[in-house]
Amino acid sequence: MEKFFVIFFGVVLINNMILSRFLGLCPFLGVSRAFKPALSMGIAVTFVMTMASIVTWICYTFFLLPYGLEFLQTIAFILVIATFVQFVEMVIAKTSPPLQTALGIYLPLITTNCAVLGVSLINVKEGYNLVETTVHGFGGGLGFTMALLLMACIRERLDFAEVPECMKGFAIGFVLTSMLALAFFGFQGFFAR
Amino acid sequence: MAVLQHLQEDFFKGIWRENPTFRIVLGLCPSLAISTSVVNGIGMGLAATFVLLGSNLLVSLIRNVTPSKIRLPVFIIIISSFVTIADLLIEAYTPDLHKALGIFIPLIVVNCIILARAEAFASRQPVLYSIADALGMGAGFTLALVIISGIREAIGNGTILGVPIFGPHYEPAITLILAPGAFLTLGLLIGLVNYISRKR
Repeated sequence: MEKFFVIFFGVVLINNMILSRFLGLCPFLGVSRAFKPALSMGIAVTFVMTMASIVTWICYTFFLLPYGLEFLQTIAFILVIATFVQFVEMVIAKTSPPLQTALGIYLPLITTNCAVLGVSLINVKEGYNLVETTVHGFGGGLGFTMALLLMACIRERLDFAEVPECMKGFAIGFVLTSMLALAFFGFQGFFAR
Repeated sequence: MAVLQHLQEDFFKGIWRENPTFRIVLGLCPSLAISTSVVNGIGMGLAATFVLLGSNLLVSLIRNVTPSKIRLPVFIIIISSFVTIADLLIEAYTPDLHKALGIFIPLIVVNCIILARAEAFASRQPVLYSIADALGMGAGFTLALVIISGIREAIGNGTILGVPIFGPHYEPAITLILAPGAFLTLGLLIGLVNYISRKR
């Protein structure tokens, strides 16, 4: 139980996908202009990340490992994730149209979100079992959502601030992210005694 | 002559006018994560250039026989094959670099620059121009990585390529090597590039 706790809080707060591992920066800066789309994106990523972790873990453990094909993991994972996202999109379109409108174009975009592939690769690298993988994937998504929402809140207020012309857009976005990352540094060594 | 001019233009646009990191702001994850030292920056830049060259070449070669409906999966398979080749080559010849770059080598697959060039350029242009485009984009990306990692290594560690530059009394500002420093450096550099191009 303690191990799950450590993995979960580790990936949400300490090794946050965005702020400390630098994964998923494109959607982080692209969709954090307003709160609502940020929330939709966060939910979509959390869902896909959790499921993709499980699917890629199964793919690795039962198909690649027994035949000594570990070197194919990059190709296999990206194909599995792309197929899975497509599948999820079809299921959601069929069963819950309101959810589909809410997620909109964010769902297909997740395929190229490096955080999803990154989590899958980390799972395999750390040698997690299936339950740990699920916890790690879910926590990763939750940490991503949290960072995205924090950023969206700051940027909504930033609209009223006077930013120098050349710093507008991405430039000030990165400086803000730097401040956020600095704040999250406070969690470093949380579990180390 | 016209061909040569075209090639030149395709090459140089990647370095400044359409620099992937500073102007188009693509492929951010690796540019931040591995830019802690200049060696890593060059290694990542070269690996990405290799993949870019391979994928642009192949995509351009098969551009007339690829059905447009399944072109994205085809591109992704081509790109991930070259990434796997690069991954294995780096592991075999420079194991230290492989360790330093870690999961960011397989993550070149989802580096938007490569897919964007395949889709926007290589799938529409002849092979020769696609090669020039790949080399230019790769050079621009490498250059950006070297600049970012140079600043971070110099201030955060007091060295460049492992050689001390500030003398023995310099206290390195370690934050710059860590995550917040990466975001700060890139943010300020993008601001600077905007400033310069606005002045012109």
